[in-house]
Amino acid sequence: MFQIVRKQEYAKGTIIRFDINAPKIAKKIKPGQFIILRVNETGERIPMTVADKDEFAGIITIIFQVVGKTTALMRSLKDGDMIRDIVGPLGKPAEVHNIGTVVMIGGGTGVAILYHVAKAFKEAGNFVIGIMGARDKEMLILENEMRAICDELIVTTDDGSYGQRGFVTEPLEKYLEERYDIKLVYAIGPIVMMKNVCKLTKKYNKPTMVSLNPVMIDGTGMCGGCRVKVDNKTQFCCVDGPDFDGHLVDFDELEKRNSMYLKDEKTSLLFSIR
Amino acid sequence: MFDQDIKYLKFKTYLNTYCPHCHQSFNVEKKDLRQLVFNGIYKGQPMELILSPYLDVFDKETSVPVEQGDRLDDLICPFCKKSLIVNDINCAVCGSQVAQVIISALSKLIPFYICMKNDCEWHGLSKADERRIKLKIPRQEMPEQDQTLRVHNHQEVSYGYTTELASLEAGRCLQCKVPKCVDGCPVNIDIPGFIKLMREDDYDGAAKKIKERNVLPAICGRVCPQESQCEAQCILGYKDKPVAIGRLERFVADFERKMDLVKVPVIKEKTNKRIAVVGSGPGGITVAADMALRGYSVTVFEALHELGGVLTYGIPEFRLPKSIVQFEINFLKELGVRFEVNHIIGTLITVDELLQNFDAVYLGVGAGLPQFMGVEGESLGNVFSSNEYLTRMNLMKAYRFPEYDTPMPRGSKVVVIGGGNVAMDCARTAIRTGSLEVTIVYRRSRHELPARQEEVHHAEEEGIRFKLLTNPIRYLGTDYNTVKGVECIKMQLGEPDASGRRRPVAIENSNFVVDCDLAVVAIGTSPNPILFNTTPNLKRNRWGYIEVNEQTMETSIENVYAGGDIVTGSATVIQAMGSGRIAANAMHQKLSQKSKK
Repeated sequence: MFQIVRKQEYAKGTIIRFDINAPKIAKKIKPGQFIILRVNETGERIPMTVADKDEFAGIITIIFQVVGKTTALMRSLKDGDMIRDIVGPLGKPAEVHNIGTVVMIGGGTGVAILYHVAKAFKEAGNFVIGIMGARDKEMLILENEMRAICDELIVTTDDGSYGQRGFVTEPLEKYLEERYDIKLVYAIGPIVMMKNVCKLTKKYNKPTMVSLNPVMIDGTGMCGGCRVKVDNKTQFCCVDGPDFDGHLVDFDELEKRNSMYLKDEKTSLLFSIR
Repeated sequence: MFDQDIKYLKFKTYLNTYCPHCHQSFNVEKKDLRQLVFNGIYKGQPMELILSPYLDVFDKETSVPVEQGDRLDDLICPFCKKSLIVNDINCAVCGSQVAQVIISALSKLIPFYICMKNDCEWHGLSKADERRIKLKIPRQEMPEQDQTLRVHNHQEVSYGYTTELASLEAGRCLQCKVPKCVDGCPVNIDIPGFIKLMREDDYDGAAKKIKERNVLPAICGRVCPQESQCEAQCILGYKDKPVAIGRLERFVADFERKMDLVKVPVIKEKTNKRIAVVGSGPGGITVAADMALRGYSVTVFEALHELGGVLTYGIPEFRLPKSIVQFEINFLKELGVRFEVNHIIGTLITVDELLQNFDAVYLGVGAGLPQFMGVEGESLGNVFSSNEYLTRMNLMKAYRFPEYDTPMPRGSKVVVIGGGNVAMDCARTAIRTGSLEVTIVYRRSRHELPARQEEVHHAEEEGIRFKLLTNPIRYLGTDYNTVKGVECIKMQLGEPDASGRRRPVAIENSNFVVDCDLAVVAIGTSPNPILFNTTPNLKRNRWGYIEVNEQTMETSIENVYAGGDIVTGSATVIQAMGSGRIAANAMHQKLSQKSKK
């Protein structure tokens, strides 16, 4: 059992932040790695990338958007409530070296994961350019935290209610045009966003890493549900990823596989309401 | 609880009894055919006597029992009035006179002797007669759930032997002096020993006898492939069918559990040495139990949220009820074994860190990663690995969706690829969750099916179709990107390959499509890389499995042992337990030697 130490709500309660007491995991988890949690006895196992950790206080932070049954259930939890199972760290950590200038792109709640990785890149001594996108001003999270670690930060919103109007690809293209010293682009967010970022960076021939989020059950390489096609080879996201070379990932297939359970998700939600 | 008839004859042969002179049947009491009625002389008085199933003698008219230890003067055939006393044969126990009758046991007439002293233990046949009868008893079938009923529920298919069936089956064992069955068992259970105890009605003792070698008899009796292990070696198998050792093992273990006879042993000598076991599957449990019984303090680490490994996530409820797995694990907990769930060794704790805190480590992590064939369309929706399908169903209880949150993979037409036990489990799970048509596609012939015969038989009974000598070459998808069919090609068997099995060769232009809306790929596993990512100095063989010293199961790292699927590749529960046993013995030897120094 793992206790929720602190709960915070953003964007009218559609984005939730949990600080969870998990000392063993906090000690070991590295940027880019994820955990799998199961809220209660009848719950499903869902993967969550860790947004931050406090090794000394033994606390890990997760930030998620309420989209389905389990996340809706998690919204109803309060400070001091328990989460039944948390297992981790899972996946390979992001490869962080001092390479020069990196562009970190986050979309939606992907910023939560990005923050952890971006912080590591900054600590390794890189020049970090941050680009974060959101649907509107409400949905924007971790802006101050990002501003603190990025050397340059650009915020975009789809409707222009805050920062630049448009998608993250526009400022990215500008950077790619202007700066020749960009060594790596790191993108985390919705599949469409990652796909478009990769299309753009391919044109400029810049190495791009993406963090994928397929359907998962056990997260230890056992079930093979999270298989993605990378460079035309089947890879398991939970043990070979979650970070992959964005230029090699088959995003269309991932998108199709991720929409497999939409109907069941609805059934499950309706059942819980009834 | 016990059937009293067993005392009547050592092995039950529902018999007719005849006079050896006139061959008239004695069993005149129709109410209970097993009562023998004689004319006898007791204390000089002629009277009609009843011989009850207890071999107690009663006066038929007054129901007064003949006093214990008293002797009958004579027994007389009620029809030909001839004396049944045999003068040249005496009771083997008390030496008193005996009477002879003829019994018909399983269509054979055999002379049978009754001691004239009331309550004498000896009432029997010569050894040779016993043998002759035993050979005639057919192998007993286990009562099962009706096949039309069981496809609609997840309860266990076999009910297990009743006491009657178990004692009848136990009676078949020849008690060989040099038992071959013991050699066939990977953990060398004293099979004739426990069957002998069963014949003496000591089921509890029989269970304890098995547990000397095997800590999980209830599980092994259900899932071991006995037909290729102990039962393959049984002498009876050459002429007839072998003794159903697995079913007896299961009966004894169930008896012990249901009668609440399981005792947690008190461990006298505790050592201060600590053992870490990685993985709570069958191998890990064996090591944990063996070492805990020797006084070590054992901690078991499990990556999933539920204990039991493959017994929990892999083998379905209808083949191995989860309550049994839970029971065995609770037994270990009472032994003092500590369990840590949600602990991934390799990332949360590395093997090196374990070695700092523990004196020895056993790696029983299982093989893990599912294999795919790499053919077109394998990433379509509703194409699952067997691991994912079974994990959803068993571990996450998806068959109870939406009560449980994990969605259930459904399909009205299901294709399962592979011919092993896992493939049978998937197919039989599918038919229980409402699929109308389930087909197993296997590339070799029926003879090569690696699954247990019993599972194949059950699968066929439940209406699962077998497309043998068939290999999938491509999955066809719908516009919505889910699977709609499997294109297969016919195969024929060619020359034998390295494994001794004949290699299947494709027949050109024999392609055909099997319609389906759910496909499960059950073609085996490959080693999981999580452990190796942080333990690069662990030596592996060319297939990627851990290399061990076969005598001790020790790996290239000192005090780190390994066993089960991560060493051998996909194998059976009992093989994992066998290697766990070897590792535990070696571990104990090494650690106790060290402490002597």
